[in-house]
Amino acid sequence: MSRYIFPFTLAFTALSLLGALLQPQNGLTNLALVASVALVSLGKIPTAWRSGLLAILALALTVLLRLNPSDKIAFYGLLGVLMACFLLPNLSHLVRVALGVAILFIAVPIAGLSNSFLFELGIQIGIFAALALGLNVVVGQAGLLDLGFAAFFAVGAYTWGIFGSPQAAEFIQGFPPQGLPGNYLYLFMALAIITAAITGVLIGLPALRLRGDYLAIVTLGLGEVVRILANNLDKPLNITNGPQGITPVNRPESGLLGDILRLVGAEQIYGKPIDTYITYAFFFYLLVLLVIAVVLLVNIRLANSRFGRAWVAIREDEIAAKAMGIPLLPTKLLAFATGAAFSGVMGAIFAAKQTFVSPESFTLQASINILAFVILGGMGSIGGAVVGAAAVTVLNIGILKDFSDLLNTWRQTGVTILGYNMANLPPQLNPAKYERLVFGLILILMMIFRPEGLIPEQRHRAEMQEARQEAQEGGVK
Amino acid sequence: MTVADLLAILPQTILEGLLLGFVYAMVALGYTMVYGVLGLINFAHSEVFMIGAVIGLEVFRFWGNPEAPVIPNPFLLLLVALVFAAVGSGTMAVLVERFAYRPLRKRGSKNILVPMITAIGVSFLLQDLTRIYAALRHNEFNMQYRTYDALNTTLLLPFETTIQVKGILIIVVSLLMLFALTYLVNRTKLGKAIRAVSQDMQTASLMGINPDVIISRTFLVGGSLGGVAGVLFGLLYTNVTPYSGVLPGLKAFTSAVLGGIGNIPGATVGGLILGQLETLSGTYLPFLTNGNFGTEYKDVFAFLTLVLLLLFRPQGIFGQNVSEKV
Repeated sequence: MSRYIFPFTLAFTALSLLGALLQPQNGLTNLALVASVALVSLGKIPTAWRSGLLAILALALTVLLRLNPSDKIAFYGLLGVLMACFLLPNLSHLVRVALGVAILFIAVPIAGLSNSFLFELGIQIGIFAALALGLNVVVGQAGLLDLGFAAFFAVGAYTWGIFGSPQAAEFIQGFPPQGLPGNYLYLFMALAIITAAITGVLIGLPALRLRGDYLAIVTLGLGEVVRILANNLDKPLNITNGPQGITPVNRPESGLLGDILRLVGAEQIYGKPIDTYITYAFFFYLLVLLVIAVVLLVNIRLANSRFGRAWVAIREDEIAAKAMGIPLLPTKLLAFATGAAFSGVMGAIFAAKQTFVSPESFTLQASINILAFVILGGMGSIGGAVVGAAAVTVLNIGILKDFSDLLNTWRQTGVTILGYNMANLPPQLNPAKYERLVFGLILILMMIFRPEGLIPEQRHRAEMQEARQEAQEGGVK
Repeated sequence: MTVADLLAILPQTILEGLLLGFVYAMVALGYTMVYGVLGLINFAHSEVFMIGAVIGLEVFRFWGNPEAPVIPNPFLLLLVALVFAAVGSGTMAVLVERFAYRPLRKRGSKNILVPMITAIGVSFLLQDLTRIYAALRHNEFNMQYRTYDALNTTLLLPFETTIQVKGILIIVVSLLMLFALTYLVNRTKLGKAIRAVSQDMQTASLMGINPDVIISRTFLVGGSLGGVAGVLFGLLYTNVTPYSGVLPGLKAFTSAVLGGIGNIPGATVGGLILGQLETLSGTYLPFLTNGNFGTEYKDVFAFLTLVLLLLFRPQGIFGQNVSEKV
């Protein structure tokens, strides 16, 4: 059976490429291309072929995206190639880096400059990926269940939100009335790391003396405390402007980027002026990419350092770790502070990107969503955290919305499907509104069928297999 | 406000805290019982509670229409609503256990996060299913309980306190349910089996107890209590949304932890304490801080108390300190 996979993949990929060549605007050929990406990535084929095919597919998808920038299916295909070269074992480093850089810095910008939604999606994925990576340090690597993680994101966002807007002048006399100029964001990204890390230690000091479920409920409670403070500190001193939130938050200058774009002739290529809106989308896309790259690097280095090993030791067996001379509280606090720092820096960027901060973004729901990214991706696995964030974000703001639009068109045109006239479908059934339903279903099904996550950490995979075997042998009920 | 004024409203505040506390206590029991047998924070319990409130609301809407009431007596109507909510929520809890948690148990995963994430997933699923139901049936997000004069009549009590008839009903129903539960757990065979399973599932199964059946029954009992609490909560606050289980659920879980999770009297006491903390801080914080920190901070107060208590007594008020074995 398995010897047919390679020829089949080859044939299928060739056919879908041919289809794309003949009918570039057809949705079906796009789907076929996405299917080829999946086949090439997951099937059993030689590594050299895999690299080559991925590169060709990436090229084809990029061309399709350039022809039709609103073609989301092609974009998802590109994301798939990106994930594949980020995660697949055995690919050579050169291929990985070359393909990754080409997609992130050439393919996406080419399409994104005429359809800023792609940048928006990229930015969201980047922000959520950083949050997932941060929580992954705490829950996945150190095994400390934190249900109030959005608090650190909030601290980062408010750190810049308060000082980079007219808000600070409300309670500090002589502060510039419009707040600090946008370029101070870079300084405040560093400050946000510090404030978030300090908050992490402050929350961790009482919470980390507790274990397991108690830790979960206390972090949850303290996370809510941070949100309630943000929601109500508009009196006696107006620090956070309460539930209305803070707006406008200043953004750094992006004029240089716009000039560069005009210089390389983007206006002629796209046949329209490069305005500040699209420049800012591109700007934040690049900024988020840069930060996520740094976060990834720090995370990988940390995971393999003395601290990373100490975290895993604590997760696996606290008492044994203590007996081996690992100081429990400081090591746990370091995990909390590291995770907090990752999300704090993204918080500052989030505030600037939205030009708006309000307590609404940092609810318990947000904390649980971040936890779900980590679990979906695979606890403790760095690649998993990124994939989990990407998958859920694409699903939430991409696929579900598309599906809603599709249903709406069906409803309006009155298509009949399986004998049911879609025009009779109640207008309340709008899938984009029910993301929790889909999300909940995914969580349940994942936990039942693949609890180790999409990209499991090796140690976890081994544990889960062991447990499964034991259950099959009937040793443990 | 003078000290005398503050003291004058104290009895009324305590009474209101008591009503809230009883609702929390009943929900907390659901959390604590499931935690006792499975060691799982059943996040879906807040939705079981919310569904109870929705079922109660539907009973009032169906049979209590003021123009053509099927059941004209509001007290009887409330009784019917309570029974339906208890059965409905109990069934829902059993279904959740059967289809979401049991498959995990059968697979024997030792990771405690797996069932908890499943619980969160179930909670999301139930919230949005209820939302779809509310959208299709009522075409709205907020659902209002019907109000009845007979239930809202205000009675005068000593110390210048007042209570509505529904307030008395809440206390009576809660006390009855709490006594019934205590009887069930301490005096019946099922209760004995539940206690056995929560102490040691494996040994209990050697003594001829089928853990699956007992776990299922535990969910039934906890879910029914949650459903009853849901109706009482709806009666008290009159407004129900698909997400209105989340916050009370969180508070109830906090109560359970406060009292010592897994401990049945602890959950009741924890709920009553939390109810008092919440209303007392809600009433008095604005006066004590000159209006700088108002009622909004009552939740902060509740959570900080929990943190403080856990620092000094990590096992909760009634919990037993389990020493870690290596």
